Amino acid sequence: MSPEQASTLPRAPVSLRVNGADHPISLERDRSLLNVLREELGLTGTKYGCGEGECGACKVLVDGVAVRSCITPVGEAIGRSITTIEGLAHGDRLHPVQQAFIDVGAFQCGFCTPGMILAAVSLLARNSRPTEGEIRAAMDGNICRCGGYLRIVEAIQKVAQSPSLADGGTP
Amino acid sequence: MSRLPSAHPFDLLPPAERNYFERFGNGLVVVLPAQRPGPSEWGRGGPPHGGAWIHLGGDGKARAFTGKVEVGQGTRTALSLLVAEELHLPLSSVELTMGDTDVCPWDMGTFGSRSMPDAAQHLRLTGAATRVFLLEIAAAQLEASPGDIELLDGQARVKGAAGSRSIGYGELVKDLQRIELVPPSTEPTPPSQWTRAGHPAQDLGSREVVTGTRQYTSDLHPPGLLYGKVLFPPAHGSKLLGVDLSRARALPGVTAVQEEDFVGVAAPDPATAQAAMKALRAEWQTTAQPSEKEIVDYLRRHPTEGEDSWDVLHYETGNVADAFAASPVSLQATYTTAYIAHVPLETHAVLASWNGDRLTVALGSQTPFRARHAIAEALGLPESSVRVMVPPTGAGFGGKHADELAVGAARLARASGHPVRIVYSREEEFTQAYFRPMSVVDIRSAADKDGRLTAWEFHNVNGGSAAARLPYRVAHQKIDNQPTDSPLPQGPYRALAATANNFARESHLDELAARVHADPVEYRLRHLADDRLAAVLRAVVQRAQWVPRTSPVGPTGRPDGKGQGIAVGLEKGGRVATFAEVHVGPDRRLEILRMVTGIECGAIVHPSNLQNQVAGGAVMALGGALFEAIHFENGRILNPKLSEYPVPRFHDVPPIDVVLLDRPDLPSQGAGETPLIAVAPALANAIYDATGRRLRSLPLVPDGTVP
Repeated sequence: MSPEQASTLPRAPVSLRVNGADHPISLERDRSLLNVLREELGLTGTKYGCGEGECGACKVLVDGVAVRSCITPVGEAIGRSITTIEGLAHGDRLHPVQQAFIDVGAFQCGFCTPGMILAAVSLLARNSRPTEGEIRAAMDGNICRCGGYLRIVEAIQKVAQSPSLADGGTP
Repeated sequence: MSRLPSAHPFDLLPPAERNYFERFGNGLVVVLPAQRPGPSEWGRGGPPHGGAWIHLGGDGKARAFTGKVEVGQGTRTALSLLVAEELHLPLSSVELTMGDTDVCPWDMGTFGSRSMPDAAQHLRLTGAATRVFLLEIAAAQLEASPGDIELLDGQARVKGAAGSRSIGYGELVKDLQRIELVPPSTEPTPPSQWTRAGHPAQDLGSREVVTGTRQYTSDLHPPGLLYGKVLFPPAHGSKLLGVDLSRARALPGVTAVQEEDFVGVAAPDPATAQAAMKALRAEWQTTAQPSEKEIVDYLRRHPTEGEDSWDVLHYETGNVADAFAASPVSLQATYTTAYIAHVPLETHAVLASWNGDRLTVALGSQTPFRARHAIAEALGLPESSVRVMVPPTGAGFGGKHADELAVGAARLARASGHPVRIVYSREEEFTQAYFRPMSVVDIRSAADKDGRLTAWEFHNVNGGSAAARLPYRVAHQKIDNQPTDSPLPQGPYRALAATANNFARESHLDELAARVHADPVEYRLRHLADDRLAAVLRAVVQRAQWVPRTSPVGPTGRPDGKGQGIAVGLEKGGRVATFAEVHVGPDRRLEILRMVTGIECGAIVHPSNLQNQVAGGAVMALGGALFEAIHFENGRILNPKLSEYPVPRFHDVPPIDVVLLDRPDLPSQGAGETPLIAVAPALANAIYDATGRRLRSLPLVPDGTVP
């Protein structure tokens, strides 16, 4: 599998809702969502890591749920609300998960971080008080090759324990 | 000062001819001159280096420059902290430029854990000298003597005089265009007096990381960008006989290039680039290659001289043959480690752009100056016409030496007249990168009637010599390594040979301790010749609450299936000890209950980052210890995907207790590699304790169960 997927289908005009804005784009419906976000919309915070849904670097939120954009045909995202890492903060105010990653120092090279943060946001949206085991299970589809797993768990626990997040941390 | 083209690389000019002030504005520049002895002189006075420089500008900021790069190991913040320390500046007033060949000092590359012992030392010296010049300038303006001036958070003022005037650094230097060399007498601030370095600090650039705005090489997208792809052989050991580019060139907007061994295409969009690759008609000659099942014999039967004489270690002391003959106890075993892959999460990436006759290459690389040289040589350019920059890079681990990729992108950019970006697919990353070498280590040891080690014979085939020397007292030793004609490309890797040699030695020492009914910790302490390493071992076993082994491990291990293991190591100037506790149940599944790992690497510069390096290094080492292995047959990689080559995930990681021993009285050493080397033997030793089974090959449990 390559970072860029070829398609033979004709281009069709569609609109993609990303980070609260509609983007009219002409594209092949079976192209990956990752490819469209990065190469058409310039949203490069979403990363290519493997192209087969194994590493989680490409995760984005689709209607609040983390999905692997490298194996999601863009056609499946049309008509739904997509949030990429660039759209998570409210202006200058970081999402609590973003802030916790900074406070804990939960990254090294940082390449996995956008996918990690969005996977964590997705987890906390459905379970605002996850146990350590639940965090590990929910995050197991995301790889940090620098090996920063323990601090990532710590950052998520920090958010889960904060009172402000008691009623859910959805973006 | 002569006016030169603003693009001439600084390292190729004498300090006085560099246009620091044209580029960065007025100010004070202090330069630590380069030392570049020839390779034959390496090892005398340390490796060659390109020095360092600092520009203190009218805006009050210190711009520091080093040829080292940041690929996720956290040196940007650590090195910046040291500059802030010497100049008494807030961290936010330091801007560190790394690995940009136009404006940074020459550097041989970021490998071998040299950023702390070399770059940090050079920046400390340069910072300290800058401070001394600044004190003189401030003294003149404040009409005091330099000894009466104090520097605080970017302001200079007369000491002790309440309400005295203070002047900002920027104000002091804004009218200067002054270049000074670091005086030989310069002394950096001793770590015991540090107020910024050695204390908690937030990593620079954190906000960009968590908001997704940090631009890695693979994210760069200039106007007119073409997507490049390289034609790779179908198997290692293949030779290109010929290629027909015509069908690819017929596609819209496609450039196809064949120059020397390079064949590649560039196209306006990824799908067309893919189609152009499919349209290439290449003819390959393949030759039979050795496969995994015969690899140990193959390596033993294919010795070579080695590429460099310093690759080869031959150490001998005492009389090994006589000592074996005279010793009542002897033991012999062979330990192997598999070829494994780096798997940086960002694959190899490059962007090449021409501007007239000048080429700029953004490259995820640990060796930008070597890449500049390779590009210039391949394309017939003067080195001054090439600029290599290293944007933030999604990790390296020793695997990002990307000279050939950079040359290929430059060729495509030259032929097409457009900027060209190449990003490896994950499969290309697995098949085209080089691997951590396989090691085959033969050890023979002997002990006297009291169990004391008397003789040690150690021979590494193919893997290299790092950390092969003994940290233990043994009178008779023979230690060497044998380079071979490896059938797979192999190269640098985080803690490369040290992992293999430490696994072999620390496993074997455990076997010998068991043979003479000694406790593994006591046995090590009895023989350790290095007090610093002994201190780390003691700290770790205390934290881990090691239970001394009072009875031998039975043939089936412990009734409760629990075992504990210990291992130590000394590498790259750092000392490490790792403890592991495991459980192996009736289903033979291995569970790691907990680990404790301790390190001492001199004065700690950035404690939080060191903690990250130690814990992260231990996690990376878990993969190679437990399950990572490249499978290959006849020159082909059989598992070139993350779904087929597992790396550690959340569920693989036990609780890891990190013990940091700070030694402000000792020089800071690198800590990116050393934390890996004791993990595999600690696990193998713990598995032995739990089950009575001695595992001598990495990976230990490819399917998760103890055989």
